[in-house]
Formats: sequence, structure tokens, C-alpha cells
Amino acid sequence: MPKPDYLHFFIDPNRCIGCQACVHACTECDTHRGESMIHLEYVHRPESVQTVPVVCMHCDQPTCAEVCPADAIKRTGDGVVQSARKPRCIACGNCVLACPFGVPEVYEDRKIMMKCDMCYDRSSVGKKPMCATVCPSQALFFGTQEQIAQLRPLSVPINTFQFGGQTITTQVFVMVPRALASRASHVDVAAAMDEQPRSRAVSFKVVADPPAQAMALESDPFAEVEV
Amino acid sequence: MAEIPVDPIRIIEGFGPHLSSMTGVRLSTSVEPDRLVKTHCCFCGQQCGIQLKVRDNQVIGFEPWEDFPFNRGMLCPKGVKRYLQGSHPDRLTTALRRDPSSASGFSPLPYTEAVARVASEISRIQERDGPGAMAVLGGASLTTEKTYLLGKFARVCLKTPFIDYNGRLCMVSAGAANKKAFGIDRTTNPWSDMVGTELIWVAGSNVAECSPITTNYIWQARELGAKVIVQDPRITPVARTCDLYLPVKPGRDAALFAGVLQIMIERDWLDHEFIRDYTSGFDQVAEYCREWTLPRTADVTGVPHALMQAAEWWGTVKTSFLFHARGIEHHSNGVQNSLGTINLVLASGRIGKPKCGYGTIVGQANGQGGREHGQKADQLPGWRDISNPEHRRYIAGVWGINEPDLPGPGVDAYELFRKIDRGEIKGLLSICFNPMVSLPDNTFIARCLDKLEFFVAIDFFLNDTAWHADVVLPGSLHEEDEGTVTQVEGRIIKINKAVECPGDARQDWRIIQDIAHALGRPKGFTFNEPREIFEELRVASKGGVADYSGVTYEKVTQQLGVFWPCYSEDPKTGEPVDHPGTPRLFERDSYNPVAKGSGPFYFPDGRARFNVADYRPPVEDANEEYPLYLTTGRVVSQFLSGTQTRRIGPLVKQYAEPLIEMHPRLAAKLGIADGDWATAETSRGAITLRAQVVTTIRPDTVFIPYHWAGRKSANQLTVAAQDPISKIPQYKVCGCRVRKADAAPEYAAILEPQQ
Repeated sequence: MPKPDYLHFFIDPNRCIGCQACVHACTECDTHRGESMIHLEYVHRPESVQTVPVVCMHCDQPTCAEVCPADAIKRTGDGVVQSARKPRCIACGNCVLACPFGVPEVYEDRKIMMKCDMCYDRSSVGKKPMCATVCPSQALFFGTQEQIAQLRPLSVPINTFQFGGQTITTQVFVMVPRALASRASHVDVAAAMDEQPRSRAVSFKVVADPPAQAMALESDPFAEVEV
Repeated sequence: MAEIPVDPIRIIEGFGPHLSSMTGVRLSTSVEPDRLVKTHCCFCGQQCGIQLKVRDNQVIGFEPWEDFPFNRGMLCPKGVKRYLQGSHPDRLTTALRRDPSSASGFSPLPYTEAVARVASEISRIQERDGPGAMAVLGGASLTTEKTYLLGKFARVCLKTPFIDYNGRLCMVSAGAANKKAFGIDRTTNPWSDMVGTELIWVAGSNVAECSPITTNYIWQARELGAKVIVQDPRITPVARTCDLYLPVKPGRDAALFAGVLQIMIERDWLDHEFIRDYTSGFDQVAEYCREWTLPRTADVTGVPHALMQAAEWWGTVKTSFLFHARGIEHHSNGVQNSLGTINLVLASGRIGKPKCGYGTIVGQANGQGGREHGQKADQLPGWRDISNPEHRRYIAGVWGINEPDLPGPGVDAYELFRKIDRGEIKGLLSICFNPMVSLPDNTFIARCLDKLEFFVAIDFFLNDTAWHADVVLPGSLHEEDEGTVTQVEGRIIKINKAVECPGDARQDWRIIQDIAHALGRPKGFTFNEPREIFEELRVASKGGVADYSGVTYEKVTQQLGVFWPCYSEDPKTGEPVDHPGTPRLFERDSYNPVAKGSGPFYFPDGRARFNVADYRPPVEDANEEYPLYLTTGRVVSQFLSGTQTRRIGPLVKQYAEPLIEMHPRLAAKLGIADGDWATAETSRGAITLRAQVVTTIRPDTVFIPYHWAGRKSANQLTVAAQDPISKIPQYKVCGCRVRKADAAPEYAAILEPQQ
């Protein structure tokens, strides 16, 4: 049974509290029990407690699959990009190098690439992925577009990402503050000089700061504390 | 004789903490569970619903319980991995006796022989030195049934006044403040009231790490437009994106609240009607606040800029939710700090209405229920007062004893140790309490334990305090028993049994009853199941403020929780009633048995009390010799003294050992780099840990999490100063100095991280 097409995965890094409930929950999954497929990192712990959870984005045209010399990575009809197929995977690590989101990992001891498969054992039988079920801040959310629109009026789901000339659309959505979602960040000066086509501008909308956060980080709240 | 029998390293070799991991059936994907048991997490006061997967009398995993309304399947890492505490190599499956000739310091003892020995030692001590020579320590992670039975056991069977519990380290400041201001001690609103409110003020609560599920309520409130104020010396994960951050200096909270209230008074941001009709005492508070001018408050609190903004927001919104936790409560001024928040709430009039709440976040599973039914030194079941003659007569009647035979009030848990030190208490029975890790200045606690003539501990793992025990009785894990607990919102919920106790281990209430029987005083200790205890508790609580008389196991299961008070008879008419419980307190037209219709609060005149919330500097504040503030707290992957969580492999891996957190400006001054060994010292001791250098803490403050034992215990440093009313210890501030360590500590080469 495929994952129902009206259910989607949404990531909101702004909500993440870094607790790792998702990482632990992921190890309970039946397809890779004992191993977590979630990457949860501090952005820069010396200066912030901000953390970002990364699951597989399940690209519509998965770069990992495109670069796989063994044709080991398959995308099922419901849009879920599966872990490498054991009989085919040669553990070359091409997918690891190619994935723009840094998701796949090669497990050298087993000579195979494994990654998040959107809890296929659960999502294909109508359950939510384990990580999104347990996430205490609901930085990871699994539900319908209607639910997310109703629950998160301050942000909008984005699933188009630009990496150089490559435009990637994904099954997984990232929540971006509404005020920032409609405009691309200015990253590449050349893009503003009309000498390059617009598509050369590198736009990572997912890392844009919301206004509240920008305000919080702008000033050092401890500036007047003497040591 | 209660000294540690052998070198600690040998006890650790025998009893851990060792780590559990996913192995065998817990790792297999082909093994199906026999059944799923709906229950709750064994750790914090949120009490998230969870389903345990059970096969062959073993908990092999979990499945989220999405129908339970509080957490709807959400869990923190502790909840996800809680199942790994079962079938653990360190699990005690026999009784033990202290045995210096044994390699691990303890030898197995047949259970009945162990109970007989406990009874004979208790009898010997009490016959010689009187009933008060025995003391009992309980805990707020026990079910309400167990806490009720333990209180009854101490008073009726042992006839000692000396019982107290580890909630003394947790909820007593909030509880005392609630009692003084409202006449009842419970969070006022269900958490769902937070969603839709305009402003949330988080005072001294690292929500993301200590009560993670609450985070989603805050974020959801924010999606609907709420602003968030966070008051904390550290930029916690919730503070990171809050709308207003108050970087308060440790121990200055009462000053901050007084200063904010003063601004509200000056600008007339008050609900005069509410103050006039529903409160008393405002004028005295206003008089006190006059000295808290903005410049003075900013100077004392170390919050230079944000106070006016906080006052404006708090003063002018229509709906709000304020909650606090140990950050403002773990102080020698903890009750005043808590009263300061309540004054802000009462001045705003925003209480007792939808989307308007005030809450205290409980730390332990039964932080609420565990403080209501009689294991607290001054309390009898139903939140009754052990010094009140009428209350004493009622409970004596329920227990079938003469009122004069019921002991009077005892002393708080720390004072109880001072009594041991002075030789006034000779014997101790403890359960669900690990003071060697959790009490401040724990070098003193070790000395007291050494002085005991007889110490019996009931536990499922040999915790660090039980190292001193003469006899250890193997108790039950959370999943091996049933009963109720009352979680953070005041919602009574049902813990369900998933597996049987292993070996000689048995349910704690059976052990307590077995001791009563061995003492030859079985009357009142002949319950056959927790339900029978609960039925007696219902009667005992009836007519008290914490009235559970209308609660049944069936109602709790059907309603997915019942908020107390829940009456069996309508308090207004006296007629039998099928009462649904009371999710929201203090609604304007509500009737309670204390006010009898004169108002919504639990005083005879129905009015809430403003209390002057006096700022006093911390005991042993930062000074010339110890110029930094030391503050302590939790990390998300560990719980309390770590007896359980330091035994769960994946949780230990997440944050293995305590770190000293400090600001880079401080680190630069001290010549310390991230990852260096650093030594923190107070006048009580020193601790050497690795430094974590981060900008997310005040530069004049260092933070150490407290979950570890021995040479890694933060409570080697903390001061045993206590609040004069609540007796809560001042864990959150004391003077400290830090230097780069001369070398790695000795333990680093010997012990595993969790040990």
C-alpha cells in the first residue's frame, strides 16, 4: 500500500528544540531498527542553541538516484525515495556526495547506503512516521496541507529549492515565515548585475531568519553584564 | 551501621549504572508484541500517554498513544527510550544485605528474612529511643496510592511524625505560594487554554528540556498570535526566538516582579474591578512596590532594557498565561518569587477564564498528586493540615485510630538529615528518593547516612544513596504496578501494569504492608490491590481541598483523565453527584466548599490574596572570593538523579557527562577553551568537568546539570540554604569560582560517563 497522497511531511526548523526525540524514535523503525536516519545538528552551538532536523526530502527527481551507477535507489509511485536496494548497492558513496541536502549515509560495515524512507513501514499503512508523531515541538509534522494551513498561519510550506542551476522540488515541505517566503534572498551579487541568468542566483530559502528571531539574535542580551 | 561497605568502584562494578541497549527481541523486527498497554511515561510531570509493547512479560518497545489528549503521541527522548529501563542488567531481583566481605559490598537475602530483619531493627530502635527515632522518606514519582499508603504507614504503623519526600526539592515553593494566594495548590487551567492566549510569560522554566511537550503548546499559541516572554539567565531553546527575553541574574526574581508591578501601577495597567471584587491585600503590595523603581529594578535584576516592555505587554493584553518552574522556585526566597508572579496575575485579573491561566510546572510524574495525600511532613490526605484538629479527627476516623495517637507535623527532608546528624533519628526507610545526588551539599548527606544505625532502602536499582543501606528491598518499576498519578494540569490519570515484577521483587505497596505485618501491626495494611487503596483514599480525601471522592478508575479511563476537585457529593447541595472534575479553577461563578459561594477562591471570603513578595538577596550570594553565580538544572536526556536515565544507553549517549557551561567572555578571562577541564569551587567543595563555552548564558553565571553522582555531582557545590516557609533548597544560585583545571580528574580514567 502506498503512502496516501494527501498526507505530507513538513519540517519547521524554527520550532526545533534539539531534544533528539526524533533521532531516538527513528531507531525504533522496523526498516532500519537500531539506526537513526535523522540528522539533527546544532547550527553553531557556541553562539546559539538552534538546531535543524534533516530527514530525506524525497525529491521528485532524486539526485541520489540519478548519480547512482548501480541503479540501486528507487522512487516508489507515491513519491517516497527508498533506501538503496541491498542486492544492487555497491556502497560507492556517489549519492552521499551528490545529495544537495546531505541526507544519505553509507554504512561501511554493511556496505550499503541507508537513509530516511519516510517510515515506509508506517506511512504505507496510514500511520504517521515515528519522528513526526513524537516530536514534542512539532518541528516535524505529518498531515494534510489543510491542517498545516490552519495550524501554522505565520508560515508557508516550500518545496522548491534552487542549487545553482538545479531546481529541486521535493515531497517534503519546509515551513518558511510568510513574510520571507515570497521573495528570494539576495545571495549572489552577480545575480543583481544582469550578466547572469536569474537561475544562477543561489537561493536557500530554508535558512532565512524570521523577523522575531532576527531581532532576538541582533543584540547581545548580556552586553551589559560585567565579567 | 550505614557506611558504604566497600570501595565505591566495586559497588559500581556489581550494580552499575551499566547501560541498556536495543538488543535481542528489542532489536528484532520480526517479533510482534503480545499486546499494547496504554499507560504513561515514568518520568516528568507532563505524564505523556504512551503504549508499551509487551511480549513474554517483557517491555520490548513502545507505540505512540495518539488519542491521549495532553500529548497526542508526542514524546521526548526520555519517553521514547523509557522502555529500556526494564529487563535491565542492574535490576534488583532479590533483597540485599550489606556485606563488606562480598565483592560488590552486598549479598542476596531471602525476601521474608529481609523483611523480618527490617521489622526487628525498627522495633529495636523504636523500643529504645521512641517512635520518632525512625524516619521515612518518600518520593513524588510514586503513584498516589503508594504515597497515601506511605503516609499512613509512617503515622499509623511506625507512629513517627518524621516523614517527608523529594517533592521538598521540587514543588513546595509553588505549593506554599498557591496556598497563601489562592487557598488551593493546583495549576489553574488545562494546558489547552494556552493556545489562543495573547501573551505567555515563562518565568524560570527551561520548557524545551524539562517539560518538552509544553513547547508545542507555546509554539501553537504563537502561531495564533501570542507573544512570548522568557525570564532566564540562559538563552534556552524556547528563549531563542521569544519576543522578549529577560536575562535575569540568578536569585533576583522577586525584585523583577515587584519592578514590573510598579510600572503597571504607575501606568495604571491594572484590572481595578477584579482587584476590588475578588482580591484582598493589594494596597500593602502596592506600598511595597513603590521602592522598586525602574532604575533600581534594572540594577538589581541585571535586566537593563526589557522591563518596561514586559510591563506594557503584561499590563495591556486581554488574555495571558504565566507559568513558572524551579528557576524561580529553587531559592531561599522561592515562595516570595512565586508570590511575585501571582501578584502580577491577580493585578491583571486574568485568571479563572478561558485562555487566562497561571501554572506551576511540576517536575516529577506525580509532583502534583504526590504532594496532596500525606507523605509531606505537615500534611494529611486530601491536602489536609496535620495541625488542624478537625482534619486530624477526620483522618483518624478513616484510619480507625484515636486522634491523639496520630503524630503531629514532622520536619522537611533536609532537616530530617540534620536530625540524623544530631543523633535524634537513628533509623531510616527510604523509597523513591536519592538524596546523595539530589540534596544540596551532599557531602553532609553522606556523613548523615554513615551515622544511621539502620537504613533500609526500597528500590529497583541500587541508587547512590542505597549504597549506605543495611538492607535493600527490591521494589517495582513503573510498568510493574498500577495506580493513579496527577499530572501537571491537575489531571488524574491511570498508570497500567504491563509486566510482573522479576524474581523476588514486588510492588512497593506490598513491601510496605509486609513490613507492617512483620512489625505485628497489620491493621489498616491489608489491601489486596491498588484499587482498594484508591477507594480508601477517595474517602480520606473527601471534604478536603484536594477532593478525589468522585474519582474512580473507570472515570479516569473513560474521560482520559479527571481534574480534581472531583466530588462524590455536590458541595453546594450535599446531594450525590456524578461530577466530571474541574478542569479550570476560579471561574467567576464557581462554587467551592471553602468559600461556599462567596467567591471563586478557596478562602472563606472567596477572595484571592495579594501577598507582599519581598526580595531578599540569595544566601551566600556571589562575593569577592566566589565572584560567579553557580546555577544548576536539567538536560533533556536525563531525569532527576539519573537512577533510571543513567542506565539507558541511548540517553547517556546523547549527553554523557556534566559540563560547566560558561560565556566566552568569562572563558577568555579564565583562559579556558571549549572542552578544557575546568574546576568549579564553592566553600563546600570542588568539581572538575569539561567546559562548554557558549554565548547562551550570562557571563557572570556558570551552569552545571545535576543528574550525576559522586565526583560529578553538582550538589557537592550547592548550598543547603532553604526557603523559610517552603524549605526548598536554594539550588539555583550560590557564589562560585572557576579556574582551568590542573589536570584531568582521577575519575576520568576509571569511570564510564554515566557512573
